[in-house]
Amino acid sequence: MIQLNANHLLYLLEAARWTVLLSLIAFLGGAVVGLPLALMRLSKVGLLRALASGYIQLIQGTPLLIVLFLSYFGLGILGYKLIPLVAAGISLTLYAAAFLGEIWRGCIEAVPRTQWEASDCLGLNRFQQYTYVILPQAVRIAIPPTVGFMVQIVKNTSLASVIGFVELARAGQIVNNSTFEPFVIFSSVAAIYFVLCYPLSVAARTLERRAHAGR
Amino acid sequence: MSYKFDFAFLADKWPDFVAGAWLTIQLTILSIAFGFLLGTVCAMARVYGGPLLRRLVGAYVETIRNTPLLIQIFIVYFGLSSLGLKLSAEVSAVIALTVNMGAYSTEIMRAGIQSIQRTQLEAADCLGLTRLQTILHVVLLPAMERVYPSLASQGVLLMLASSITSQISTEELTATANLVQSDTYRSFEVYMIVAVVYLVLSALYRLGFWAIGQLLFERRRRLGTPL
Repeated sequence: MIQLNANHLLYLLEAARWTVLLSLIAFLGGAVVGLPLALMRLSKVGLLRALASGYIQLIQGTPLLIVLFLSYFGLGILGYKLIPLVAAGISLTLYAAAFLGEIWRGCIEAVPRTQWEASDCLGLNRFQQYTYVILPQAVRIAIPPTVGFMVQIVKNTSLASVIGFVELARAGQIVNNSTFEPFVIFSSVAAIYFVLCYPLSVAARTLERRAHAGR
Repeated sequence: MSYKFDFAFLADKWPDFVAGAWLTIQLTILSIAFGFLLGTVCAMARVYGGPLLRRLVGAYVETIRNTPLLIQIFIVYFGLSSLGLKLSAEVSAVIALTVNMGAYSTEIMRAGIQSIQRTQLEAADCLGLTRLQTILHVVLLPAMERVYPSLASQGVLLMLASSITSQISTEELTATANLVQSDTYRSFEVYMIVAVVYLVLSALYRLGFWAIGQLLFERRRRLGTPL
């Protein structure tokens, strides 16, 4: 058995970089897929609305862990090599997109109806309405809940450890396997996650308060 | 793509899935109930308690909400047992899930309690209600009614998150899936089935929460305002 030492902590910190990277992939992927989802949910075409809400119900009704397993083993079926980073990136993207899509739909709907009517009167088409009138206002409403959701993303990257991707949680398990000091190690891991997440939580709350102060 | 789907293993494995789902239901109903009670107490402490108590509850809520459930589960199961407190996987799972649900419901219930206006408390005083009556009928139930949709979705999220307890070999639905797939090598099919079971479970939980809401909030039911 190896004594717990500073190198172990260093190893955890290095692994935390992968947690950050995976979070960024999930957030960017989620944003790219989530925005169209939000717009589809608000579309005038019934089929698009149904597709988007079906997708959201599906993802929000199944555990991320199962989505992770499905994409990990699903990639294998499609004949690709089982690369944990890719599987984790895909499933976190699918997950983040469903939640961000729902959050952003709410934000777009929160833009007052009169803004739609006014831009209608000005003869803007739907694309112009979105880009010039609605989305710029929706973005301001969307920032606090989006930052808040990033906390969920960072925390949920820990599930990638289950398919063998060495991020912070997996690194904690590896260190624990050689030193067997689970309480100290997992508390340190939790502390690192806390350092990553807490600023985001505080930022979300401050932004929220500031957004309401104007009203 | 030349993959052939094969669900033949279901013929003799389906009782395993049923048992797993049943354990998932038991674990999560316990943790949702305990977690909600814990959260309600903490929310009361956070709103009405002294500064020290408020800060303690705040620290608890922030710690839990800013760390992953997976790590919380590891700390309860591996961490506590290394300190000499040996708990079975199921008990550890319920503890970790309860503590987690407790933190989230503290925040939710706090919002509800803070939305109750002072005048309501004064009115209750004037009517001669006892302290307990006031807390129950004027503060807690109306507060719960206002935040009930958030509580219900937190409950569903917790049920889904309970899949993470498979990592400490609690034999719930996801752990069952892991076992069956290592037995049969039909991993994709196994997880597809389990995904469907979770979908059904979350629909059932939503239905259950709706029914409880109908029972609890009589006034709202009579007025016909949906939750």
